[in-house]
Amino acid sequence: MIDLSTDYVGLKLKNPLVPSASPLSKNLDSALRLEDAGAGALVMYSLFEEELRAEEAMTDRFLLHADLGHGEADGFLPDHGHFTSCLDQYLDHLRQLKQRLEIPVIASLNGVSLSGWVELGKEMQQAGADALELNVYHVAADAAQSGDVVEARYLTLLEELRGSVNVPIIMKLSPYFSSLPHFVKQLEQAGARGIALFNRFMQPDIDLDSLRMVDQLHLSYPDEALLRMRWIAILRGRTALTLAATGGVHGYEEAIKLLLAGADVVHLASCLLQHGPAKLTQILHEMEAWMSEREYISVAQLKGSMSQQNLPDPSAMARASYIRVIEHYEAPRGVWR
Amino acid sequence: MTSFLNLDGNEAAARMAYQCNEVIAIYPITPSSNMGEWADEWASQGKPNLWGAVPKIIEMQSEGGAAGALHGALTSGALATSFTASQGLLLFIPNLYKIAGELSPFVLHVAARALATHALSIFGDHSDVMACRATGCAMLCANSVQEAQDFALIAQAATLAGRIPVIHFFDGFRTSHEVAKIVAVEPETVRAMIDDVQVAAHRTRALSPEHPVLRGTSQNPDVFFQSRERANPFYDAFPDIMQTAMDRFAVLTGRQYRLYDYVGAADAERVIVLMGSGAETAEETVQHLTARGEKVGLLKVRLYRPFAADALLAALPESVKAIAVLDRCKEPGADGEPLYKDVITALAQAAADGLCAMPKVIGGRYGLGSKEFTPGMVAAVFAELTRERPKRQFSIGIRDDVTHLSLDWDAAFRSDAARGLQQAVFWGLGADGTVSANKNSIKIVGEATDLQAQGYFVYDSKKSGAVTVSHLRFGPAAIRSTYLVEEGMAGFVACHQTVFVERYDLLAHAAPGGVFLLNTPSPAESVWGSLPEKMRAQIVDKGLQLWVIDAYAVAAEAGMGRRINTIMQTCFFAISGILPKDQAIAAIKKAVDKTYGKKSKRLADLNYGAIDKTLEHLHQAVIPDVGRQSLADSGGWVVGKVLPTYDLPAFVRDVTLPIYHGNGDALPVSLMSIDGTFPVGTAQYEKRNIALEIPVWEADICTQCGKCVFVCPHSAIRARVFSAEAVSNAPPTFKHVPAKSKDFPAGTHMSYQVAPEDCTGCGDCVEACPIHDKSNLSRRAVNMAEQAPLREAERDNYAFFLALPEFDRSAVKHTTIPGSMLLDPLFEYSGACAGCGETPYIRLATQLFGDRMLIANATGCSSIYGGNLPTTPYTVNGAGRGPAWSNSLFEDNAEFGLGMRLAADQLMIYAKQLVKELASEVGGDLANAMVEADQREEAGLYEQRRRVTLLLEKLVVSQHPRAKELISVAEWLIRRSVWIIGGDGWAYDIGYGGLDHVLALPYDVNILVLDTEVYSNTGGQTSKATPIGAVAKFSAGGKATAKKDLGKLASDYGHVYVANIAYGAKDTQTLRVFHEAESYDGPSLIVAYSPCIAHGFDMLYNQRQQDMAVKTGHWPLFRYDPRMAASGGNPFKLDSAVPSLPIKDFMANETRFAMLQRSHPEAAQHFLELAQKQAEQRFKTYQELAQGHADVPKTGA
Repeated sequence: MIDLSTDYVGLKLKNPLVPSASPLSKNLDSALRLEDAGAGALVMYSLFEEELRAEEAMTDRFLLHADLGHGEADGFLPDHGHFTSCLDQYLDHLRQLKQRLEIPVIASLNGVSLSGWVELGKEMQQAGADALELNVYHVAADAAQSGDVVEARYLTLLEELRGSVNVPIIMKLSPYFSSLPHFVKQLEQAGARGIALFNRFMQPDIDLDSLRMVDQLHLSYPDEALLRMRWIAILRGRTALTLAATGGVHGYEEAIKLLLAGADVVHLASCLLQHGPAKLTQILHEMEAWMSEREYISVAQLKGSMSQQNLPDPSAMARASYIRVIEHYEAPRGVWR
Repeated sequence: MTSFLNLDGNEAAARMAYQCNEVIAIYPITPSSNMGEWADEWASQGKPNLWGAVPKIIEMQSEGGAAGALHGALTSGALATSFTASQGLLLFIPNLYKIAGELSPFVLHVAARALATHALSIFGDHSDVMACRATGCAMLCANSVQEAQDFALIAQAATLAGRIPVIHFFDGFRTSHEVAKIVAVEPETVRAMIDDVQVAAHRTRALSPEHPVLRGTSQNPDVFFQSRERANPFYDAFPDIMQTAMDRFAVLTGRQYRLYDYVGAADAERVIVLMGSGAETAEETVQHLTARGEKVGLLKVRLYRPFAADALLAALPESVKAIAVLDRCKEPGADGEPLYKDVITALAQAAADGLCAMPKVIGGRYGLGSKEFTPGMVAAVFAELTRERPKRQFSIGIRDDVTHLSLDWDAAFRSDAARGLQQAVFWGLGADGTVSANKNSIKIVGEATDLQAQGYFVYDSKKSGAVTVSHLRFGPAAIRSTYLVEEGMAGFVACHQTVFVERYDLLAHAAPGGVFLLNTPSPAESVWGSLPEKMRAQIVDKGLQLWVIDAYAVAAEAGMGRRINTIMQTCFFAISGILPKDQAIAAIKKAVDKTYGKKSKRLADLNYGAIDKTLEHLHQAVIPDVGRQSLADSGGWVVGKVLPTYDLPAFVRDVTLPIYHGNGDALPVSLMSIDGTFPVGTAQYEKRNIALEIPVWEADICTQCGKCVFVCPHSAIRARVFSAEAVSNAPPTFKHVPAKSKDFPAGTHMSYQVAPEDCTGCGDCVEACPIHDKSNLSRRAVNMAEQAPLREAERDNYAFFLALPEFDRSAVKHTTIPGSMLLDPLFEYSGACAGCGETPYIRLATQLFGDRMLIANATGCSSIYGGNLPTTPYTVNGAGRGPAWSNSLFEDNAEFGLGMRLAADQLMIYAKQLVKELASEVGGDLANAMVEADQREEAGLYEQRRRVTLLLEKLVVSQHPRAKELISVAEWLIRRSVWIIGGDGWAYDIGYGGLDHVLALPYDVNILVLDTEVYSNTGGQTSKATPIGAVAKFSAGGKATAKKDLGKLASDYGHVYVANIAYGAKDTQTLRVFHEAESYDGPSLIVAYSPCIAHGFDMLYNQRQQDMAVKTGHWPLFRYDPRMAASGGNPFKLDSAVPSLPIKDFMANETRFAMLQRSHPEAAQHFLELAQKQAEQRFKTYQELAQGHADVPKTGA
C-alpha cells in the first residue's frame, strides 16, 4: 500500500490531489462528489472583493435607493428581506461544506483593497476555513511603481491579514516577479505558510467585430504545467513554505512530474470541469499505478526527488532553453576532448 | 403597553387588512399600490394572518379581474380583500353591486383619488368613492393615518357582523402617503375584534357541493323588485353594527370613534361638516377659533353609507345656526355635491317633522386633486357662515374669476397648533435619497422620543432630474396639520443641492430665527458671497443661521461616492436640536445598520464613517454685518431657468411657466382650458439643465450615420443639412461640415447639434456611436464633456441650428438611418428618465409620420412623460402640423385609437361624398384626384394636402349650399395615421381584450407596444410581459411562467402586420418596421423592446442590453407581413440570427435577474435553465415559421 499522504500548510492530506478554486465547489453535491472521488482537500471558488463591491453598488442603487422622486413609484424591485449578499452566501456555503466534508476546506479570496482582504479573511476564518488561499493577482501597470513597491503591497496585505487570522495563509502567485525565490523568501518571513504556483487569469481580448475588449478565460492545457514544474523545482528546498502546483494538470503524468519537482499538493480544475470528479479518481489510480510500477512507497519519497537541488544538472531547471541547445555542442565534463 | 408605529396610511391600513383576510387580489394603481405591495412582502416573508395562515396574494390583469376573483373567493367562503383607487375603483363597481347584493362581508380599502375627466390626476379627492355610493356598499372614511389603521379593522369587524361590504377610504397621498407616528393596534386587539362565529357563518354561506345552492340567478319583473327590497333590514341595522364595532374597539384601545364625531364649542352656531383628511385641518382650526371665543364646531362624518341621518343630527349641537358642508368632489350639473345634499336632506326632513329648526346650509368644494386645504381656508368658510347671505355653493382653495364661486381666504392665517410645532422643509433630488432619509428621520424621532411626527413628500412630475420637497413636523401633541408646511413656518430649511439656490425660493418657508442648511462646495468663510442677493436678504431679514457642508466631498472622502442622504440627515440632527446630538447619531447608525446590515456590513461601516466625518465638516457660516436688508430692496426672483430670449407665446408666459416655477396654485380659473385641451410644443421652454455632461460632436471623424440621433431619448441631439451659405453668420463655435451623402447637392453642409439645456446626460448617443478615432479608440464621433462650460455657447449654437431652414423632406431618404434622422422630431425634451428605452421609438414615429399622426396613448409612463403638465413634449413642424395626442384610460386605449380611425375614415368618406357632389363646383379633375388619391406614401399625402388647399380656396368663394359643409370636413380628405401607443401593462394585461379585438378587425391602425416587461410607471409590478426568472413586485421569488408572446399571438390572425423590434440591436430593422407598419392598410402591431430603469441597470447600457437580449434569444426580431402571403410568399421573416450567447449573459447584467441569485439561488438556477430552453424553443419555432415548415397563417390582406 502506497502512502499517498502529504502535508500542506500543516494540514495532513490523504493524498496530494486537491481541486482548486472552480465552480465545482459552488454546489454541495459536486463538492461531495469530489470528496468521494478522493480529493485530498478542497479549495473553494474565489470570493472576489470586486464582485462584492459591484453587488453593493447594485443593491444600493436599485434596491435601497431606487426612487426617482416621482410620486407613483418609490422603487422598482421588491426587497422582501430574502436578500443574502454574495459574501454571506459564500460564508454560508463554506460553513455547509465544513459541516458535510471530512477533507480540509480552503477558502479562496481575491481582494482589491487592504481593508477588504483583512475584513473578508477574518470572516472566512470565522466561518471555519481550514486555510486561506489569497488570490493575489495585481496587474502592475503603473510606471511610477517599482517592483519593490509592487512586492511591498503583497507583503503588507499578508502581514495585515496574518495579524488578524490564525489559519494558514497560502499565497497564490502569478509568474510575473523579477525574482521569485527572493520574493517567496520575503513572503515566508511575512508569515505565509504556503504558495500556490501559478495563477491563471482572465485575459482581456479584442473583439475584432466590435473593437471592444472582452474577457476570456480558457481552460488550461497540459503544457502549462511545465512552467509550474520549473519553478516548484527551483523553490523546493529553498523555502520552508509548502508548495502547491496549479495550472495544466490534466492527467497523472503532470501530477507525478509536479510532485517529482517538489510540489506538496497538485491542484486540478480544468480537467475536472471537462470530465467531472471521476477524473480525479482516475488520476489518483494512475498515479498509484505509476508509483507502484516503480516501487515508490510514498508520496513523501517521491516529492521533490527531482527538485533543482536534487538534479544531477541543476542548471537544467534554471537556464533558458536556447542556452541548453548550445550546451549540446559541449562534451560532458568527464570526457577528455 | 402602548406601542407606536411610524408609517404611512397605506401601510397602516394594509397591516389590518392582511391580518384579517385569506385571499388578497390586487391590481396596481397610484396611490394605493403600496398596500398590495406590503401584503405581497408580508406573504413573501411567511407572515401569518390572524388564524395562522399566510394569505394568498394574487395580482390580476385589471381591477375588474381583481374584483371578479374576490367575488369568487368571497362566495366560496374565503375572507378576501383588495386595495384600489380612482379608475381602478370604477372597474370594481360592477362587482361591488354583486358583492353587496349577495351580502358578502368584504372590505375594500381605497386611497381615494380623483377620477380622470378633463385630465388625469393621480392625487387625492373623493370623486372615486362618491361614484360608488349607489353600489350598496357601506362607506367608512378615515381622516388620518391613525384612523386608516383603526377603521380598517373596525370595518372588517362590522362587515362580518352586518354582512354589508364596506368601502374603507382615506385620502390618496395626503393620508395614504403621509408618514405619521400612530398607536399600533396589537394582534390581541385584532383577535378580539374579529368574531370567529361570524367568520364561520360566512363559511357556512359559501357555495359548496356538499350542500349546494345557486346564487346569481336571473330574475323577472315579478320578483326582482321585491328581492331588491329584501335586504333593507341589513342596511337599517348596519349603522348600529358599525357603532358597536367602534365601541368594542374603544374598550380595547381607548380610542372612541362615533359614526359622526362632533368637536368644537358645545354652543357652536357655525359648524362645518366634512370627511377625510381635511377634517384634521378643520379640527385644528376649530381649536384655534374656539380658543378665541368663536362659537364654531366641526362634524366629522365617518359612516357615509348607509347614511344615518338620526345619528348625524344627534351629533350636531342644538345651538347650530349655520352649516357649511364641504365635499372633496364635484358633480357638474348637480345642485350640490353628495354630502351636502345628504346633510341638507337630513336637516330638511327633521325640520319638516318639527324636530329641529332649519339652519342655514351652504355647500362647498375643496381640495380637488389634492389641492391644499389650510386653516386659513377653514377660517374663511366659517367667516362665510357669518354673512347674511353666504354663497350657497362655493369653492375654497382656488381663485374662481369665471363663476366667482370661490371664497377669499387669508393666506397668512396660522393656527395655534401649527405655531406650536417644529417644522422642517428639505429640498432634494429624487435620486439623492432625501425622501428616504427624511422618512427615516421621522422613524428615529418617533421611536426615540414622546414627540409626534409627521412627514409629507411633494414629488415631481418628471422622471429625470426630479425635485422633491419634504415637509416634516414634530410636536408634543397629535399633529392634525394635513397641509404643507406654510410660508415662514419652518424652523429648519435644508437644501441638498447647491443648484437649487439659483432656481427656487428656498427660504420662503423659513421661520424667523430658523436654521438654513446648505450643501455647497463653498466653505463657510466664503459661502455668503456665493448666494443670490435675494437669499442673502432673506437670511438677514429673517435672522437665519446659515450652516454649510460640502456633502459630496464628505461622501467622496468617506468612500460613499455621491450618496449624501445619511450625511445630510446627520446635519439635520446635529443642528436642529430635535434630539440630543449623541442620541440622534446613535439612532442614525442603528438605522444604517437596519438598512445595510444584512446586505453589506462594509456599506454600513462607510455610512458610519460618513456620519462621523459629517460633524467635522459641518460649519456655521458667519453672516457679515451688512445691516438689515429689506426684501423689497432686492430684485425679482429668477426661478427655474434663464428665460429664453425669444418671445414667449402668451399661454406659455401666463400658464406654463408659472406652473413650472411652482406657482400653479395662484393661477385663476379663467386661465385654465375649459375642456382639458392644451397647446403642444411647450417642453421647449423648460430648459431644465439637468445634465452634468453633454455630448460634443467631433465633426472630423463623424461619418454622419445618424445613430446618435436615433437613440436619443429626449431628442436632444439632432441632425440637419443646409446650404453652406445658410451658416455664413453662424455663431463662432457652431460646427458644420460638408455633407458626406451623395444624395445632396454639392455645397450642402451638415451639422449634428446638441440641445445643451434639454439633454439629460444619459450618454446613450456616445454608446451608440460606431465611429472611433482610428488612433485612439476612446475618442468617438460624439463624446461626453462637462455641460457648464459649454452651456452658453451651445445654447447659441442650438438656437441658430433650430432657426436654420428645414430641408425639403422629399429630398431626404426616409428609409435609411442617416436620412431619416434628418427629419425633425415632433416629440422632444420629455420628462422621461435619462436613457429611457421607450421614447426613441416615439420620437422616430414622429420624425417619419408626425405631421399626420393621431395618437391614442394608454395611461402609463408614456402618458406621463407625454402629457403631464406643466409642459407638452409633442410639438409641431414649421408648417404648424404635428401629432395630435390624447389619453383616454389605461384599459381602453386600443378601442380609443380605433375610434379615432373610425372617425377619420367616416369623415373622409363623407368628405369624398361631398367632393363628388360638388365636383362641378370644384372642378372635375380636382375632385376626381382627391377622391382617388393614393396617400399611403408621403408624396401622395402631400399632394392631397395641396389639393385640399386648392379646394378650400374654391369653396370659400363658392355659393353652393353644401360648400360650407365641405369646408368643415375638408381636412379629413388628408389621410391620418392613427397610432395606438402604450406599455405592456396595457397591451398584455388590462387592455388585452380591447387590443385583441382591434387586431381582429381590418382597420388601419398602428399599435406600438413599448414593452418594458413590467409596470414601470407604478413602480415595477409584474405583467404578463415579465420574463421567466425576473424579479418584480408580486414576483419576488422570480416570475415562474414564460412571457406572453404577444407578437406571435397577433400574427396568428394572419391579417395583422406584426413585428418584434429592438432599436439598440438592429436600428435598420426598427426603421423598416415603422415604414412597413405605416404603409400596411390594416392593423399593425409593433412590439418594441424598451429597457427601463426598473430592470436594474444603468441606462447608459440601454443599447448594449437590447443587443444582448437579441443575441441571447431573449428577444428575437421578426416581422410578419400579410402582404407577403398575399403575393404567395412567406409572411414570417426572422430578422435576428441564431442566438450566439447564452441567456445568462443577458440576465447577469440586470438586477431584476441577478438579485434572484441572492434571494432564491436555487430558483434562479432553475429559471435560468428554463429561460434558456424556452429561448431556444422559441427561436426554433420562429425558424420553422421563417422556413415555412410550420403552419403560417396565409389569410393575407
